Amino acid sequence: MTLVKEIDYGTPAAKSDRQVTLTIDGQQVTVSEGTSIMRAAVELGTEIPKLCATDTLKAFGSCRLCVVEIDGRFGTPASCTTPVLPGMSVHTQTPRLKAIRRGVMELYISDHPLDCLTCAANGDCELQTMAGAVGLRDVRYVYDGANHVFARKDGKANFEWKPKDESNPYFTYDPSKCIVCNRCVRACEEVQGTFALTIDGRGFDSRVSPGADEAFMESECVSCGACVQACPTATLTEKSVIAIGQPEHSEVTTCAYCGVGCTFKAEMRGEEIVRMVPWKDGKANHGHSCIKGRFAYGYALHKERITSPMIRDKATDPWRVVSWDEAIAFAADRFKAIQEKYGKRSVGVITSSRCTNEETYLVQKLTRAGFGNNNTDTCARVCHSPTGYGLNQAFGTSAGTQDFDSVDDTDVILVIGANPTDAHPVFGSRMKKRLREGAKLIVVDPRRIDLVRSPHIEADYHLALKPGTNVAIVTALAHVIVKEGLVNEAFVRERCDWDEFQDWAAFVSEERNSPEEVEKLSGVPAADIRAAARLYATGGRAAIYYGLGVTEHSQGSTTVMAIANLAMATGNLGRRGVGVNPLRGQNNVQGSCDMGSFPHELPGYRHISNEAARHSFEEAWGVELDNEPGLRIPNMFDAAIAGEFKGLYCQGEDILQSDPDTKHVSAALSAMECVIVQDLFLNETAHYAHVFLPGASFLEKDGTFTNAERRIQRIRKVMSPKNGYGDWEITQMLAKAFGLDWNYSYPSEIMDEIARLTPTFKNVSYAKLDEVGSVQWPCNDSSPEGMPIMHIEGFTRGKGKFVITEYVPTDEKTGPRFPLLLTTGRILSQYNVGAQTRRTENSQWHPEDVLEMHPHDAELRGVRDGDWVRIASRAGEITLHAKVTDRVAPGVVYTTFHHPLSQANVVTTDNSDWATNCPEYKVTAVQISPSNGPTEWQEQYRELSESARRIATAAE
Amino acid sequence: MTKVYVPRDMAALAVGAKRVLAAIEKEAAARGETIQIVRNGSRGLLWLEPLVEVETPEGRIGYGNVKPSDVPSLFDAGFLKGGAHPLSIGKVDEHPYWAKQTRVTFERVGIIDPVDLDDYVAHGGGQGLAKAFEIGPAKVIEEVTKSGLRGRGGAGFPAGIKWKTVADAPADRRYVVTNADEGDSGTFADRMVMEGDPFVLIEGMTICGYAIGASKGFIYLRAEYPQCAEVLTEALEAAREAGWLGPNVRGSGFAFDIELRIGAGAYVCGEETSLLESLEGHRGIVRAKPPLPAHVGFMSRPTVVNNVLTLATAPAILAKGGEYYASFGVGRSRGTMPLQIAGNVKYGGLYETPFGLTLGEIVNDIGGGTLTGRPVRAVQCGGPLGAYVPPSLFDTPFDYEAFQKHDSLIGHGGLVVFDDTVDMAQMARFGMEFCAIESCGKCTPCRIGSTRGVETIDKIVEGVDVESNIELLSDLCHTMKFGSLCALGGFAPYPVESALRHYPEDFRKATLPAAAE
Repeated sequence: MTLVKEIDYGTPAAKSDRQVTLTIDGQQVTVSEGTSIMRAAVELGTEIPKLCATDTLKAFGSCRLCVVEIDGRFGTPASCTTPVLPGMSVHTQTPRLKAIRRGVMELYISDHPLDCLTCAANGDCELQTMAGAVGLRDVRYVYDGANHVFARKDGKANFEWKPKDESNPYFTYDPSKCIVCNRCVRACEEVQGTFALTIDGRGFDSRVSPGADEAFMESECVSCGACVQACPTATLTEKSVIAIGQPEHSEVTTCAYCGVGCTFKAEMRGEEIVRMVPWKDGKANHGHSCIKGRFAYGYALHKERITSPMIRDKATDPWRVVSWDEAIAFAADRFKAIQEKYGKRSVGVITSSRCTNEETYLVQKLTRAGFGNNNTDTCARVCHSPTGYGLNQAFGTSAGTQDFDSVDDTDVILVIGANPTDAHPVFGSRMKKRLREGAKLIVVDPRRIDLVRSPHIEADYHLALKPGTNVAIVTALAHVIVKEGLVNEAFVRERCDWDEFQDWAAFVSEERNSPEEVEKLSGVPAADIRAAARLYATGGRAAIYYGLGVTEHSQGSTTVMAIANLAMATGNLGRRGVGVNPLRGQNNVQGSCDMGSFPHELPGYRHISNEAARHSFEEAWGVELDNEPGLRIPNMFDAAIAGEFKGLYCQGEDILQSDPDTKHVSAALSAMECVIVQDLFLNETAHYAHVFLPGASFLEKDGTFTNAERRIQRIRKVMSPKNGYGDWEITQMLAKAFGLDWNYSYPSEIMDEIARLTPTFKNVSYAKLDEVGSVQWPCNDSSPEGMPIMHIEGFTRGKGKFVITEYVPTDEKTGPRFPLLLTTGRILSQYNVGAQTRRTENSQWHPEDVLEMHPHDAELRGVRDGDWVRIASRAGEITLHAKVTDRVAPGVVYTTFHHPLSQANVVTTDNSDWATNCPEYKVTAVQISPSNGPTEWQEQYRELSESARRIATAAE
Repeated sequence: MTKVYVPRDMAALAVGAKRVLAAIEKEAAARGETIQIVRNGSRGLLWLEPLVEVETPEGRIGYGNVKPSDVPSLFDAGFLKGGAHPLSIGKVDEHPYWAKQTRVTFERVGIIDPVDLDDYVAHGGGQGLAKAFEIGPAKVIEEVTKSGLRGRGGAGFPAGIKWKTVADAPADRRYVVTNADEGDSGTFADRMVMEGDPFVLIEGMTICGYAIGASKGFIYLRAEYPQCAEVLTEALEAAREAGWLGPNVRGSGFAFDIELRIGAGAYVCGEETSLLESLEGHRGIVRAKPPLPAHVGFMSRPTVVNNVLTLATAPAILAKGGEYYASFGVGRSRGTMPLQIAGNVKYGGLYETPFGLTLGEIVNDIGGGTLTGRPVRAVQCGGPLGAYVPPSLFDTPFDYEAFQKHDSLIGHGGLVVFDDTVDMAQMARFGMEFCAIESCGKCTPCRIGSTRGVETIDKIVEGVDVESNIELLSDLCHTMKFGSLCALGGFAPYPVESALRHYPEDFRKATLPAAAE
């Protein structure tokens, strides 16, 4: 293993199809029109010296090292900003150029510390490399002039000098080492789109500045790290590099946070991670990352990580540390006993959307083949199960239709119930980039998310609807499209069921679906709905991106189908720049669904009652499979309380914190006789567990994740598992204890089995992934390299299906007792239940969950910013600090559930999607009142958390 | 009713024109005289400001250097009828400094009421635009190309070719931008046009907009010109009211309007790409070229960025024909150049004349030599980044190519004269210091080099390692000249190198005292 070094071409690739041939240093080279001379030279193998150029940013032309001479042209143009022309003859090294380069380097070094040996960038400093490249041998300027290097000059304070800014927990900013190449500023603008950085001062005074001379932590910086990655010197450096030193080898792997699926180079020194650097060839992220993926990996080594198996008789006992053998035997014995006593279907599993495809596959296989039932479910139940259902109904596949790159060709972006800049930040940045290029934007969200208005971005329409009225709004959009003759009839006639379309068109045309009627229930002005509909239908290539704000409703599946209707009616499917794109939450939630985690579906979305499919598995696994769908997660809880469901193997999911109506979940878990939790930490669910199997982090195992665009990517082991085993190995041990003869020696063998048994994965193998980097399923004989855009010729199911989407208001209504609507969401720095991010410095950005409420509602209740407030619903009550903001509309309050002690899900109810039981997290009627502090439940829970986490010491 | 002209030009205001005006009004009221005050621009005979003129049947009679205290005696002398007075310079039109000029661009400056559109038309204004509408956009560009007009901002790029490039660039929108960020020391021609005849600029921009297919123009005016802003604002308003700007310019069906934008005090924003950045609301830093603003300019649209003088000359070219304009000048420098004569000079002012006079004629014959009466030692041509030219090169004709031949430039036409007391090492230092203060900080040679240049010259002056520091300074000049991104860093070496070349002794004073004694 060596350090994966990526070639820096200096300027981005040109997109033209036309080719240009030119001569560089006597050698001919042919490149795309629009390519810079610098890039053409690199393609030829010639590196022209450079400092301000890097291929992730547009050419800037400031460092003046890359000057060249061109026959027949006056002067010495910069090769980064000069495009190639046919027949051009370029010289990259002449006496004049050498003199200029040395002169420029001499100037650089005359204002730079000479502490190379002790500098954190030593060995990875472009300034150092360039000084070598241009042959700088002497700096003749005396070191007593104006400088940014020394705090004092001539015995007085040097006001050019600025102290280091160490406010950010992950990186430092040392202004004395800045060469003002602007790469950080440009990265913040062009790549991340936050515009937090600028250059302060001009001329010699120029220096990078977050905001108006603020510290990084006080500025608008979102700590994505693009600036650190772009910095060619030690000016912006990861604190880990300062602490450890330069890495010596690296592995390409995939981030374990959100569904974007960024790939990273894990740069290592031995088994120690030095830093995570987003991989330029990563097709989901193209070299960009967010604060979580790049910096928040420290949880893997956190002191609260449990590395030994533990068991206990009762959940109220302290934990006992035991050997793996003992823990596995204990678990297997208890499960066997439960099945003997309560029947085959009294146990089940919850697969993890955080674990690999291979691991998920094994867990569902364990319940189907080992426990002999189909009681398997996954956290997609509580997030995107309506997507799977709805899109399958409409198109015939349970997944998004596009790749992320498709957004580059989009003219109109319609975002419904998603907050990409917080929840899918790297894709959010791509979207913002496209918006800055001129794409139009419609946001449908009760809250003013950052996309609505942030630097250089503004939504054309923000439909700030009342939570719970998605279906009405989307149907009203369809009403306008149909009534105003904006339907793409040719598309619909060719690709969709025409009769169904006509029924649908008649339905949406009804007056009760008009914007004017819908305004009354949604609160969105009819004129805005009409204008947004026209823009979506006529603005060019239009793409819909949606998230949990669509699915986590009692009509989640209906909205998904309404969205599909909209896209079909306007012909926005089957090509680049369009489509229906669910922004899936967890790193492998797509994969866990693909792998047969649902109780009714075998891998590849084949119903358990499908004889042929079931038979193929029976044959492969050598067992007979139950042909009845098993229990969904909420059914498991209900059955547990009813005394029929007694044993649960829960891998990598914290259902207690993440599932709605916490009191109900807690009662269900308490009623079980054996709860096996497999996780990195003693999570909240583990309070009720009897067996704790320590899991491995994504850095400690091999496997694959599938991201929101159906892209299957490798994760690679970069350190030995602290707990001793990869999660797939632990499931295999459990299976063996159940008498199953599993002998997988490496995860690739599991993937081979998946490929053998799942038609859409037929051509997937580790060899293939190593060769091409990643593939988007379906990957089989008809699309051997995968399928970035789906439904190009026609829909997978045949004719696209229009479904009537009748708006049925949720039962969760406001009234005198609960006059406000609570909706929940995410924040950039924290991830999901926070099990990982809370154990990193990310908590500096978001130390607690707060309740956002409108000034009007706050005023009515005498609540001031920062006060404790009690949030009461039909289900329960909690207390949080209030944040008074007009981000939310009057009547709507908002919080996140990243922190276990806030217990936001104590107030959410057990309402759920009619089709898939996806919980209605997004709508809860609540009342808010001032409070003195945490509620009794929160206090009790805090005590429980402490007592349930006791581990017996060896002496006991 | 007698017309009395009291200039509103800043050069006149700076020496008390406003107080003189108040005194005249007061005195006239006291004496029961009814007069009509006209606030004209300046004639450009700046050493005579405030120059009050009175209209008489024989012509306009001028009274120079009028102070408020002179006013009663002027009335006593019957100045309203052109009466004799020690301050009288006689008929202004016959003053040699005026009479010998060839005024094309400055035809009306100092003569008319700058914000009176009727006065403008009465003096031939508007004919260029009328002609443009008559012949159509393509012919307009042809005419401008034929005139040989080159960009008057300093670079001297042929205006017709620039206009054609923009007109031919495919785009949904195009723009005309006037560069009115006149920052060169010793230059004031743009200001005088804008304060003395703003309609000619408006007309020129409209002609350009019509030719290239732009419906919007901007004037990017430096913040240090508040009087210009005032006059321009009045003129733009008057033009809009009269239908010279707006959705249907003078009934032609062509829509064009102009917005005045004020800069924020950065010299570098006179560089066209930083100007565009600033106009777009960004920090004023230089953009790399290519792409040229003619292809990717304001808001990424093809844009003509021209100096005030360039655009203000277009109406005359259209009205009188490209050939008429091209009939003036020498070689590739066609037409006239409004010279701005400043510094230590007897007759400082604006002097419009065809290209081709020698530098010596300009400095000695027109300018009258130094004000101090001492010998001329150097003339800096083309602003703070222009070369210092010694009297030994005074036979150089004033044209772009002739100046370029010995590494100097005519720039925007500013000439600053120094007598023999000047320390040329300090003047070289000033060039670097100016660059250090005004550098945008984008490119390394200019950002760091200018500061190091000042320090190195200081070392030389102090007598520290003089020869090796002079070598270092020469190397630095080479790096800046060929390595800088724009003309600011690229031209900062010109004053330094010319001083080193022509006045080497001034750099070695510290090491020479023994020899001198």
